[in-house]
Amino acid sequence: MTDTQTLVKELVNKHGNRRESLLPILQGIITNNRYISEYAMMEIANELDISRSEVYGTATFYSFLDTKPKGKYVIRVCKTITCSMKGKNQILLALEDCLKIKLNETTPDKKFTILETNCLGWCHKAPAMLINDDVFTELTPEMVHQIIEDYKKKGIQEKA
Amino acid sequence: MAKKQLRRMDLIFANDDDYVEILQRTFKSSNEDIIDEMISSGLKGRGGAGFPTGLKWKLTAESTSKKKYVICNADEGEPGTFKDREILTQVPYKVLTGMAVCAKVTGATEGFIYLRGEYKFLVPLLEKELKRFRIICKDLGLDFKVNIFLGSGAYICGEESALMESMEGKRGEPRNKPPFPTDSGYMGKPTVINNVETLAHTFTIFKYGAEKFRDLGVQDSRGSKLFSVSGDTPNPGIYELELGMTVQDFVDDFSDGDCKAVQVGGASGFLVPRKRFNETAIGYQGKLTGISLPTGGSMMLFNSSRSMYNVLNNYLEFFQEESCGQCTPCRVGCQQLVRGIDAVKRGQKPAAYLDKLLKLTDTMKVTAKCGLGQSVANSFQSIVENFREEMIY
Repeated sequence: MTDTQTLVKELVNKHGNRRESLLPILQGIITNNRYISEYAMMEIANELDISRSEVYGTATFYSFLDTKPKGKYVIRVCKTITCSMKGKNQILLALEDCLKIKLNETTPDKKFTILETNCLGWCHKAPAMLINDDVFTELTPEMVHQIIEDYKKKGIQEKA
Repeated sequence: MAKKQLRRMDLIFANDDDYVEILQRTFKSSNEDIIDEMISSGLKGRGGAGFPTGLKWKLTAESTSKKKYVICNADEGEPGTFKDREILTQVPYKVLTGMAVCAKVTGATEGFIYLRGEYKFLVPLLEKELKRFRIICKDLGLDFKVNIFLGSGAYICGEESALMESMEGKRGEPRNKPPFPTDSGYMGKPTVINNVETLAHTFTIFKYGAEKFRDLGVQDSRGSKLFSVSGDTPNPGIYELELGMTVQDFVDDFSDGDCKAVQVGGASGFLVPRKRFNETAIGYQGKLTGISLPTGGSMMLFNSSRSMYNVLNNYLEFFQEESCGQCTPCRVGCQQLVRGIDAVKRGQKPAAYLDKLLKLTDTMKVTAKCGLGQSVANSFQSIVENFREEMIY
Protein backbone atom coordinates (compact mmCIF):
# COMPACT_ATOMS: atom_id res chain seq x y z
CA MET A 1 0.00 0.00 0.00
CA THR A 2 1.18 3.51 -0.76
CA ASP A 3 1.47 6.15 1.95
CA THR A 4 -1.62 7.91 0.68
CA GLN A 5 -3.64 4.70 0.78
CA THR A 6 -2.55 4.04 4.34
CA LEU A 7 -3.42 7.58 5.37
CA VAL A 8 -6.86 7.43 3.73
CA LYS A 9 -7.55 4.07 5.39
CA GLU A 10 -6.54 5.47 8.78
CA LEU A 11 -8.76 8.50 8.36
CA VAL A 12 -11.71 6.40 7.23
CA ASN A 13 -11.28 4.16 10.26
CA LYS A 14 -11.26 7.24 12.48
CA HIS A 15 -14.14 9.18 10.97
CA GLY A 16 -16.25 6.46 9.31
CA ASN A 17 -17.05 5.81 5.66
CA ARG A 18 -20.27 7.74 5.33
CA ARG A 19 -20.68 10.81 3.17
CA GLU A 20 -20.78 12.99 6.31
CA SER A 21 -17.22 11.91 7.03
CA LEU A 22 -15.91 13.42 3.81
CA LEU A 23 -14.97 16.84 5.16
CA PRO A 24 -13.11 15.52 8.25
CA ILE A 25 -11.24 13.06 6.00
CA LEU A 26 -10.22 15.79 3.55
CA GLN A 27 -9.13 17.96 6.49
CA GLY A 28 -7.03 15.05 7.77
CA ILE A 29 -5.24 14.80 4.43
CA ILE A 30 -4.48 18.53 4.58
CA THR A 31 -3.07 18.24 8.11
CA ASN A 32 -0.71 15.50 6.92
CA ASN A 33 0.13 16.48 3.35
CA ARG A 34 -0.88 20.17 3.09
CA TYR A 35 -2.75 19.39 -0.15
CA ILE A 36 -5.14 16.81 -1.56
CA SER A 37 -3.76 15.05 -4.63
CA GLU A 38 -5.97 13.59 -7.34
CA TYR A 39 -4.76 10.20 -6.24
CA ALA A 40 -5.91 10.85 -2.68
CA MET A 41 -9.31 11.96 -3.99
CA MET A 42 -9.61 8.69 -5.95
CA GLU A 43 -8.74 6.65 -2.89
CA ILE A 44 -11.29 8.52 -0.77
CA ALA A 45 -13.97 8.01 -3.45
CA ASN A 46 -13.26 4.27 -3.42
CA GLU A 47 -13.40 4.07 0.36
CA LEU A 48 -16.65 6.04 0.66
CA ASP A 49 -18.12 4.40 -2.42
CA ILE A 50 -19.06 7.70 -4.06
CA SER A 51 -18.09 9.12 -7.43
CA ARG A 52 -14.68 10.79 -7.76
CA SER A 53 -16.30 13.91 -9.09
CA GLU A 54 -18.28 14.25 -5.86
CA VAL A 55 -15.05 14.22 -3.87
CA TYR A 56 -13.46 16.67 -6.29
CA GLY A 57 -16.51 18.92 -6.12
CA THR A 58 -16.39 19.12 -2.34
CA ALA A 59 -12.61 19.42 -2.10
CA THR A 60 -12.40 22.32 -4.54
CA PHE A 61 -15.21 24.28 -2.87
CA TYR A 62 -13.39 25.10 0.36
CA SER A 63 -10.55 27.58 0.41
CA PHE A 64 -8.59 25.69 3.10
CA LEU A 65 -8.71 22.43 1.14
CA ASP A 66 -5.87 22.96 -1.32
CA THR A 67 -5.69 20.70 -4.33
CA LYS A 68 -2.31 21.93 -5.56
CA PRO A 69 0.96 21.15 -3.74
CA LYS A 70 1.76 23.59 -0.93
CA GLY A 71 4.67 24.11 1.42
CA LYS A 72 4.94 22.58 4.86
CA TYR A 73 3.92 25.90 6.40
CA VAL A 74 1.05 27.60 4.63
CA ILE A 75 0.90 31.30 5.49
CA ARG A 76 -2.47 32.97 4.99
CA VAL A 77 -2.51 36.74 5.29
CA CYS A 78 -5.90 38.31 5.95
CA LYS A 79 -6.81 40.79 3.22
CA THR A 80 -10.27 41.87 4.34
CA ILE A 81 -11.09 45.47 5.07
CA THR A 82 -9.66 46.15 8.54
CA CYS A 83 -6.42 44.23 7.97
CA SER A 84 -6.13 45.91 4.61
CA MET A 85 -6.55 49.33 6.28
CA LYS A 86 -4.02 48.51 8.98
CA GLY A 87 -1.10 47.58 6.77
CA LYS A 88 -1.66 44.16 5.23
CA ASN A 89 0.46 45.15 2.24
CA GLN A 90 3.53 45.84 4.40
CA ILE A 91 3.09 42.42 5.99
CA LEU A 92 2.97 40.79 2.56
CA LEU A 93 6.07 42.71 1.44
CA ALA A 94 7.91 41.62 4.59
CA LEU A 95 6.97 37.99 3.94
CA GLU A 96 8.01 38.17 0.31
CA ASP A 97 11.27 39.78 1.35
CA CYS A 98 11.96 37.11 4.01
CA LEU A 99 11.14 34.13 1.86
CA LYS A 100 12.22 35.50 -1.55
CA ILE A 101 8.99 34.39 -3.16
CA LYS A 102 5.85 36.18 -4.32
CA LEU A 103 2.26 35.84 -3.21
CA ASN A 104 0.77 32.42 -4.17
CA GLU A 105 4.25 30.88 -4.56
CA THR A 106 6.04 28.15 -2.61
CA THR A 107 9.70 28.27 -1.61
CA PRO A 108 11.95 25.87 -3.62
CA ASP A 109 12.59 23.81 -0.46
CA LYS A 110 8.79 23.26 -0.21
CA LYS A 111 8.71 24.76 3.25
CA PHE A 112 6.64 27.95 2.95
CA THR A 113 3.70 29.07 0.83
CA ILE A 114 2.28 32.60 0.95
CA LEU A 115 -1.44 33.01 0.35
CA GLU A 116 -4.07 35.64 1.01
CA THR A 117 -7.32 34.79 2.71
CA ASN A 118 -10.61 36.42 3.66
CA CYS A 119 -11.51 37.68 7.14
CA LEU A 120 -9.85 35.66 9.91
CA GLY A 121 -11.90 37.25 12.68
CA TRP A 122 -9.11 39.31 14.29
CA CYS A 123 -10.19 42.73 13.03
CA HIS A 124 -9.57 44.36 16.42
CA LYS A 125 -5.97 43.15 16.31
CA ALA A 126 -5.23 43.77 12.65
CA PRO A 127 -3.22 42.92 10.65
CA ALA A 128 -3.43 39.17 11.19
CA MET A 129 -2.19 35.98 9.56
CA LEU A 130 -2.36 32.23 10.00
CA ILE A 131 0.54 29.84 9.68
CA ASN A 132 -1.14 26.45 9.32
CA ASP A 133 -3.46 26.61 12.36
CA ASP A 134 -1.54 29.16 14.43
CA VAL A 135 -2.72 32.75 14.64
CA PHE A 136 -0.49 35.85 14.64
CA THR A 137 -2.02 39.26 15.27
CA GLU A 138 -1.09 42.95 15.47
CA LEU A 139 1.75 42.24 13.09
CA THR A 140 4.57 44.53 12.12
CA PRO A 141 7.19 43.84 9.43
CA GLU A 142 9.78 43.29 12.20
CA MET A 143 7.58 40.68 13.86
CA VAL A 144 7.10 38.93 10.54
CA HIS A 145 10.87 38.58 10.12
CA GLN A 146 11.18 37.13 13.62
CA ILE A 147 8.28 34.70 13.16
CA ILE A 148 9.67 33.37 9.88
CA GLU A 149 13.14 32.98 11.45
CA ASP A 150 11.54 30.94 14.24
CA TYR A 151 9.75 28.71 11.77
CA LYS A 152 12.93 28.19 9.78
CA LYS A 153 14.73 27.08 12.95
CA LYS A 154 11.81 24.84 13.86
CA GLY A 155 12.27 23.02 10.54
CA ILE A 156 15.97 22.40 11.28
CA GLN A 157 15.25 21.13 14.79
CA GLU A 158 12.65 18.69 13.48
CA LYS A 159 15.15 17.29 11.00
CA ALA A 160 17.85 16.75 13.62
CA MET B 1 -1.10 37.39 21.98
CA ALA B 2 -1.94 40.79 23.39
CA LYS B 3 -4.11 41.06 26.45
CA LYS B 4 -7.88 41.06 26.10
CA GLN B 5 -9.70 44.33 25.96
CA LEU B 6 -13.26 43.99 27.17
CA ARG B 7 -15.47 46.48 28.87
CA ARG B 8 -18.12 44.54 30.71
CA MET B 9 -21.79 45.39 30.74
CA ASP B 10 -21.76 42.58 31.88
CA LEU B 11 -23.88 39.52 31.40
CA ILE B 12 -22.34 37.37 28.73
CA PHE B 13 -18.76 37.36 29.96
CA ALA B 14 -19.65 37.31 33.66
CA ASN B 15 -18.02 34.21 35.02
CA ASP B 16 -21.03 32.36 36.41
CA ASP B 17 -19.69 29.21 37.95
CA ASP B 18 -23.18 28.11 38.99
CA TYR B 19 -24.14 26.72 35.63
CA VAL B 20 -24.70 23.17 36.85
CA GLU B 21 -27.16 24.54 39.38
CA ILE B 22 -28.93 26.56 36.73
CA LEU B 23 -29.17 23.55 34.47
CA GLN B 24 -30.64 21.49 37.32
CA ARG B 25 -33.16 24.20 38.14
CA THR B 26 -34.17 24.71 34.51
CA PHE B 27 -34.53 20.98 33.99
CA LYS B 28 -37.17 20.87 36.71
CA SER B 29 -39.48 23.15 34.68
CA SER B 30 -41.76 21.63 32.07
CA ASN B 31 -40.83 21.98 28.40
CA GLU B 32 -43.81 24.25 27.78
CA ASP B 33 -42.76 26.59 30.58
CA ILE B 34 -39.24 26.85 29.22
CA ILE B 35 -40.46 27.63 25.71
CA ASP B 36 -42.92 30.21 27.08
CA GLU B 37 -40.10 31.83 29.02
CA MET B 38 -37.93 31.92 25.91
CA ILE B 39 -40.68 33.45 23.78
CA SER B 40 -41.60 36.06 26.36
CA SER B 41 -37.97 37.09 26.77
CA GLY B 42 -38.10 38.43 23.21
CA LEU B 43 -34.67 36.98 22.41
CA LYS B 44 -33.95 37.10 18.70
CA GLY B 45 -31.19 35.33 16.80
CA ARG B 46 -27.91 37.19 17.25
CA GLY B 47 -26.35 35.99 14.02
CA GLY B 48 -27.87 38.93 12.17
CA ALA B 49 -31.19 37.70 10.76
CA GLY B 50 -33.04 38.10 14.06
CA PHE B 51 -35.52 35.22 14.04
CA PRO B 52 -37.23 34.75 17.45
CA THR B 53 -35.28 31.99 19.20
CA GLY B 54 -38.15 30.68 21.34
CA LEU B 55 -40.28 30.17 18.25
CA LYS B 56 -37.49 28.23 16.55
CA TRP B 57 -37.29 25.88 19.53
CA LYS B 58 -41.07 25.54 19.65
CA LEU B 59 -41.36 24.61 15.97
CA THR B 60 -38.72 21.92 16.34
CA ALA B 61 -40.25 20.64 19.58
CA GLU B 62 -43.61 20.23 17.82
CA SER B 63 -42.16 17.97 15.15
CA THR B 64 -42.80 14.26 15.71
CA SER B 65 -39.56 13.03 14.17
CA LYS B 66 -37.58 10.62 16.35
CA LYS B 67 -34.20 12.04 15.40
CA LYS B 68 -33.50 15.74 15.91
CA TYR B 69 -30.36 17.84 16.06
CA VAL B 70 -29.12 20.97 17.78
CA ILE B 71 -26.38 22.90 16.00
CA CYS B 72 -24.37 25.80 17.34
CA ASN B 73 -23.32 28.01 14.45
CA ALA B 74 -19.74 29.10 15.17
CA ASP B 75 -18.84 29.79 11.55
CA GLU B 76 -18.31 33.45 12.27
CA GLY B 77 -17.14 34.82 8.94
CA GLU B 78 -18.66 38.26 8.55
CA PRO B 79 -15.86 40.82 8.13
CA GLY B 80 -15.51 42.78 11.35
CA THR B 81 -17.09 40.13 13.60
CA PHE B 82 -15.11 38.29 16.24
CA LYS B 83 -17.41 38.06 19.30
CA ASP B 84 -18.24 34.35 18.93
CA ARG B 85 -14.59 33.40 19.25
CA GLU B 86 -14.38 35.33 22.49
CA ILE B 87 -17.54 33.70 23.89
CA LEU B 88 -16.21 30.24 23.07
CA THR B 89 -12.87 31.10 24.63
CA GLN B 90 -14.19 32.62 27.84
CA VAL B 91 -17.61 31.13 28.60
CA PRO B 92 -18.11 28.01 26.44
CA TYR B 93 -20.23 26.43 29.17
CA LYS B 94 -22.95 29.04 28.66
CA VAL B 95 -23.28 27.98 25.05
CA LEU B 96 -23.40 24.33 26.08
CA THR B 97 -26.04 25.09 28.71
CA GLY B 98 -28.21 26.61 25.99
CA MET B 99 -27.67 23.57 23.80
CA ALA B 100 -28.56 21.17 26.64
CA VAL B 101 -31.81 22.96 27.47
CA CYS B 102 -32.66 23.13 23.79
CA ALA B 103 -32.05 19.37 23.51
CA LYS B 104 -34.33 18.78 26.47
CA VAL B 105 -37.25 20.81 25.12
CA THR B 106 -36.96 19.64 21.53
CA GLY B 107 -35.99 16.02 22.20
CA ALA B 108 -32.77 16.24 20.21
CA THR B 109 -30.16 13.60 20.98
CA GLU B 110 -27.21 14.87 19.03
CA GLY B 111 -25.56 18.26 18.78
CA PHE B 112 -22.72 19.87 16.89
CA ILE B 113 -20.62 22.97 17.19
CA TYR B 114 -19.78 23.99 13.64
CA LEU B 115 -16.51 25.81 14.19
CA ARG B 116 -14.89 27.75 11.35
CA GLY B 117 -11.53 26.37 10.24
CA GLU B 118 -9.85 29.67 11.09
CA TYR B 119 -10.60 28.97 14.78
CA LYS B 120 -9.14 25.46 14.81
CA PHE B 121 -6.82 26.50 17.65
CA LEU B 122 -9.90 26.53 19.92
CA VAL B 123 -10.49 22.79 19.52
CA PRO B 124 -8.40 21.55 22.51
CA LEU B 125 -10.09 24.06 24.81
CA LEU B 126 -13.56 23.10 23.60
CA GLU B 127 -12.84 19.37 23.80
CA LYS B 128 -11.89 19.82 27.44
CA GLU B 129 -15.14 21.64 28.13
CA LEU B 130 -17.14 19.01 26.25
CA LYS B 131 -15.66 16.28 28.37
CA ARG B 132 -16.96 18.00 31.50
CA PHE B 133 -20.28 18.65 29.78
CA ARG B 134 -20.80 14.95 28.95
CA ILE B 135 -20.55 14.04 32.62
CA ILE B 136 -23.02 16.78 33.56
CA CYS B 137 -25.50 15.58 30.93
CA LYS B 138 -25.19 12.05 32.26
CA ASP B 139 -25.91 13.26 35.80
CA LEU B 140 -28.98 15.10 34.57
CA GLY B 141 -30.18 11.99 32.80
CA LEU B 142 -30.02 13.74 29.45
CA ASP B 143 -29.13 11.62 26.43
CA PHE B 144 -27.31 14.25 24.40
CA LYS B 145 -23.92 14.13 22.68
CA VAL B 146 -22.16 17.20 21.35
CA ASN B 147 -19.29 17.05 18.88
CA ILE B 148 -17.21 19.63 17.08
CA PHE B 149 -17.39 19.86 13.31
CA LEU B 150 -14.69 21.94 11.66
CA GLY B 151 -15.30 24.14 8.64
CA SER B 152 -12.68 24.72 5.99
CA GLY B 153 -12.68 28.37 5.09
CA ALA B 154 -15.97 29.19 3.38
CA TYR B 155 -17.92 32.29 4.41
CA ILE B 156 -21.12 30.95 2.86
CA CYS B 157 -21.18 28.04 5.32
CA GLY B 158 -22.36 30.48 7.98
CA GLU B 159 -25.69 30.41 6.11
CA GLU B 160 -27.58 27.71 7.97
CA SER B 161 -28.57 25.46 5.08
CA ALA B 162 -25.12 25.72 3.47
CA LEU B 163 -23.64 24.80 6.85
CA MET B 164 -25.75 21.64 6.90
CA GLU B 165 -24.79 20.75 3.34
CA SER B 166 -21.19 21.14 4.37
CA MET B 167 -21.69 18.86 7.39
CA GLU B 168 -23.17 16.27 5.04
CA GLY B 169 -19.89 16.27 3.10
CA LYS B 170 -21.10 18.36 0.18
CA ARG B 171 -20.27 21.72 -1.34
CA GLY B 172 -21.50 24.48 0.92
CA GLU B 173 -24.35 25.58 -1.32
CA PRO B 174 -27.48 27.01 0.33
CA ARG B 175 -30.71 25.06 -0.07
CA ASN B 176 -34.10 26.30 -1.17
CA LYS B 177 -36.32 27.48 1.67
CA PRO B 178 -38.84 26.27 2.67
CA PRO B 179 -38.47 23.67 4.07
CA PHE B 180 -36.77 25.40 6.97
CA PRO B 181 -34.28 23.58 9.23
CA THR B 182 -36.94 23.28 11.93
CA ASP B 183 -38.70 20.82 9.57
CA SER B 184 -35.85 19.46 7.52
CA GLY B 185 -32.33 20.37 8.52
CA TYR B 186 -29.21 18.27 8.95
CA MET B 187 -29.71 14.86 7.28
CA GLY B 188 -33.27 15.92 6.53
CA LYS B 189 -34.21 15.87 10.22
CA PRO B 190 -35.67 18.73 12.28
CA THR B 191 -32.78 20.87 13.47
CA VAL B 192 -32.41 23.87 15.72
CA ILE B 193 -29.52 25.99 14.59
CA ASN B 194 -28.52 28.95 16.77
CA ASN B 195 -25.68 31.41 16.75
CA VAL B 196 -23.07 31.16 19.52
CA GLU B 197 -24.16 34.44 21.06
CA THR B 198 -27.86 33.52 20.99
CA LEU B 199 -27.13 30.37 22.98
CA ALA B 200 -25.03 32.34 25.43
CA HIS B 201 -27.94 34.76 25.93
CA THR B 202 -30.29 31.88 26.79
CA PHE B 203 -28.10 31.33 29.84
CA THR B 204 -28.90 34.86 31.04
CA ILE B 205 -32.60 34.12 30.59
CA PHE B 206 -32.41 30.87 32.56
CA LYS B 207 -30.42 32.52 35.29
CA TYR B 208 -32.22 35.82 35.78
CA GLY B 209 -35.57 35.12 34.12
CA ALA B 210 -37.16 36.51 31.00
CA GLU B 211 -38.25 39.69 32.73
CA LYS B 212 -34.79 40.96 33.50
CA PHE B 213 -33.75 40.23 29.95
CA ARG B 214 -36.76 42.14 28.60
CA ASP B 215 -35.85 45.14 30.73
CA LEU B 216 -32.80 45.67 28.58
CA GLY B 217 -33.13 47.25 25.19
CA VAL B 218 -36.16 48.86 23.59
CA GLN B 219 -39.43 47.80 21.99
CA ASP B 220 -38.74 45.04 19.49
CA SER B 221 -35.06 44.79 20.31
CA ARG B 222 -34.68 43.15 23.69
CA GLY B 223 -31.61 42.35 25.68
CA SER B 224 -28.00 43.27 25.27
CA LYS B 225 -25.81 42.56 22.29
CA LEU B 226 -22.13 42.02 21.78
CA PHE B 227 -20.49 44.44 19.42
CA SER B 228 -17.25 43.77 17.62
CA VAL B 229 -15.63 47.17 17.23
CA SER B 230 -12.80 47.66 14.75
CA GLY B 231 -11.37 50.09 12.21
CA ASP B 232 -10.38 53.67 13.00
CA THR B 233 -10.95 53.66 16.73
CA PRO B 234 -8.56 53.98 19.65
CA ASN B 235 -10.44 51.19 21.46
CA PRO B 236 -11.07 48.21 19.21
CA GLY B 237 -12.46 45.13 20.92
CA ILE B 238 -15.65 43.46 22.07
CA TYR B 239 -18.29 45.36 24.03
CA GLU B 240 -21.62 44.30 25.42
CA LEU B 241 -24.08 47.14 24.91
CA GLU B 242 -27.80 47.60 25.15
CA LEU B 243 -29.81 47.42 21.93
CA GLY B 244 -31.53 50.55 20.68
CA MET B 245 -28.66 53.04 20.87
CA THR B 246 -28.11 55.47 18.02
CA VAL B 247 -25.01 55.40 15.87
CA GLN B 248 -24.18 58.87 17.22
CA ASP B 249 -24.03 57.52 20.80
CA PHE B 250 -21.76 54.80 19.58
CA VAL B 251 -19.49 57.14 17.66
CA ASP B 252 -19.20 59.50 20.65
CA ASP B 253 -17.77 56.62 22.64
CA PHE B 254 -15.58 54.93 20.11
CA SER B 255 -14.53 57.29 17.34
CA ASP B 256 -11.01 58.69 17.01
CA GLY B 257 -12.66 62.10 16.63
CA ASP B 258 -12.72 62.08 12.86
CA CYS B 259 -15.28 59.44 12.00
CA LYS B 260 -16.90 59.89 8.60
CA ALA B 261 -18.87 56.67 8.37
CA VAL B 262 -19.68 53.49 10.29
CA GLN B 263 -20.27 50.13 8.67
CA VAL B 264 -22.97 48.39 10.69
CA GLY B 265 -23.31 44.63 10.29
CA GLY B 266 -20.15 43.88 8.35
CA ALA B 267 -19.71 43.74 4.59
CA SER B 268 -23.28 42.50 4.18
CA GLY B 269 -24.61 45.31 6.37
CA PHE B 270 -25.11 49.03 5.83
CA LEU B 271 -22.79 52.00 5.76
CA VAL B 272 -24.05 54.91 7.83
CA PRO B 273 -22.58 58.29 6.80
CA ARG B 274 -21.97 61.06 9.33
CA LYS B 275 -25.13 62.99 8.44
CA ARG B 276 -27.28 60.00 9.45
CA PHE B 277 -25.58 59.13 12.76
CA ASN B 278 -28.35 60.77 14.77
CA GLU B 279 -31.35 59.24 13.08
CA THR B 280 -30.05 55.67 12.87
CA ALA B 281 -30.59 53.23 15.71
CA ILE B 282 -29.09 49.79 16.20
CA GLY B 283 -31.69 47.09 16.73
CA TYR B 284 -34.11 44.83 14.94
CA GLN B 285 -36.79 46.35 12.75
CA GLY B 286 -39.54 47.63 14.94
CA LYS B 287 -41.21 50.87 15.79
CA LEU B 288 -38.01 52.71 16.51
CA THR B 289 -38.05 56.26 15.25
CA GLY B 290 -35.95 56.87 12.20
CA ILE B 291 -33.96 54.11 10.60
CA SER B 292 -33.21 50.96 12.52
CA LEU B 293 -30.57 48.49 11.49
CA PRO B 294 -30.40 44.85 12.50
CA THR B 295 -26.88 43.65 13.04
CA GLY B 296 -24.70 40.68 13.79
CA GLY B 297 -22.70 43.11 15.89
CA SER B 298 -19.96 44.19 13.55
CA MET B 299 -19.14 47.90 13.83
CA MET B 300 -16.34 49.23 11.65
CA LEU B 301 -15.38 52.88 11.87
CA PHE B 302 -13.81 54.79 8.99
CA ASN B 303 -12.14 58.16 9.41
CA SER B 304 -11.76 60.83 6.78
CA SER B 305 -8.44 59.43 5.53
CA ARG B 306 -10.20 56.37 4.09
CA SER B 307 -11.30 56.10 0.49
CA MET B 308 -14.80 54.70 0.38
CA TYR B 309 -14.03 53.40 -3.09
CA ASN B 310 -11.34 51.15 -1.62
CA VAL B 311 -13.70 50.03 1.11
CA LEU B 312 -16.42 49.09 -1.36
CA ASN B 313 -13.93 47.42 -3.67
CA ASN B 314 -12.65 45.32 -0.77
CA TYR B 315 -16.19 44.19 0.11
CA LEU B 316 -17.05 43.37 -3.47
CA GLU B 317 -13.90 41.31 -3.97
CA PHE B 318 -14.80 39.50 -0.77
CA PHE B 319 -18.28 38.67 -2.07
CA GLN B 320 -16.98 37.72 -5.48
CA GLU B 321 -14.68 35.15 -3.91
CA GLU B 322 -17.09 33.88 -1.30
CA SER B 323 -20.14 33.55 -3.56
CA CYS B 324 -20.82 29.82 -3.84
CA GLY B 325 -21.52 30.26 -7.54
CA GLN B 326 -24.73 28.30 -7.45
CA CYS B 327 -27.11 31.01 -8.66
CA THR B 328 -26.41 33.37 -11.54
CA PRO B 329 -27.51 36.71 -10.01
CA CYS B 330 -24.92 36.40 -7.26
CA ARG B 331 -22.11 34.70 -9.20
CA VAL B 332 -22.22 37.01 -12.20
CA GLY B 333 -23.61 40.00 -10.33
CA CYS B 334 -20.65 40.21 -7.95
CA GLN B 335 -18.17 39.97 -10.82
CA GLN B 336 -19.94 42.70 -12.75
CA LEU B 337 -20.01 45.01 -9.74
CA VAL B 338 -16.26 44.65 -9.19
CA ARG B 339 -15.59 45.37 -12.86
CA GLY B 340 -18.19 48.10 -13.03
CA ILE B 341 -16.87 50.33 -10.24
CA ASP B 342 -13.35 49.84 -11.59
CA ALA B 343 -14.45 50.99 -15.05
CA VAL B 344 -16.16 54.08 -13.61
CA LYS B 345 -13.10 54.93 -11.54
CA ARG B 346 -10.85 54.64 -14.58
CA GLY B 347 -13.18 56.77 -16.66
CA GLN B 348 -13.92 53.96 -19.09
CA LYS B 349 -17.59 54.25 -18.22
CA PRO B 350 -19.58 57.43 -17.53
CA ALA B 351 -20.67 58.25 -13.99
CA ALA B 352 -24.25 57.39 -14.94
CA TYR B 353 -23.11 53.77 -15.21
CA LEU B 354 -23.28 53.68 -11.41
CA ASP B 355 -27.07 53.89 -11.73
CA LYS B 356 -27.05 50.76 -13.87
CA LEU B 357 -25.00 49.01 -11.19
CA LEU B 358 -27.45 50.16 -8.53
CA LYS B 359 -30.23 48.62 -10.59
CA LEU B 360 -28.24 45.41 -10.83
CA THR B 361 -28.01 45.23 -7.04
CA ASP B 362 -31.79 45.72 -6.88
CA THR B 363 -32.15 42.69 -9.14
CA MET B 364 -29.73 40.69 -7.00
CA LYS B 365 -31.75 41.58 -3.93
CA VAL B 366 -34.86 39.91 -5.30
CA THR B 367 -33.39 37.10 -7.37
CA ALA B 368 -30.38 35.76 -5.46
CA LYS B 369 -31.05 32.51 -3.68
CA CYS B 370 -29.62 33.26 -0.26
CA GLY B 371 -28.66 36.07 2.06
CA LEU B 372 -25.18 36.50 0.59
CA GLY B 373 -26.33 37.58 -2.87
CA GLN B 374 -29.30 39.51 -1.51
CA SER B 375 -27.28 41.53 0.95
CA VAL B 376 -24.58 42.73 -1.45
CA ALA B 377 -27.08 45.48 -2.28
CA ASN B 378 -26.98 46.77 1.32
CA SER B 379 -23.39 47.92 1.38
CA PHE B 380 -23.26 48.74 -2.32
CA GLN B 381 -26.26 51.03 -2.29
CA SER B 382 -25.45 52.71 1.01
CA ILE B 383 -21.89 53.47 -0.09
CA VAL B 384 -22.59 54.51 -3.67
CA GLU B 385 -25.55 56.71 -2.73
CA ASN B 386 -23.72 58.49 0.07
CA PHE B 387 -20.22 58.71 -1.40
CA ARG B 388 -20.93 58.91 -5.11
CA GLU B 389 -18.21 61.46 -5.75
CA GLU B 390 -15.59 59.15 -4.23
CA MET B 391 -16.63 56.42 -6.66
CA ILE B 392 -16.13 58.68 -9.67
CA TYR B 393 -13.08 60.86 -8.93
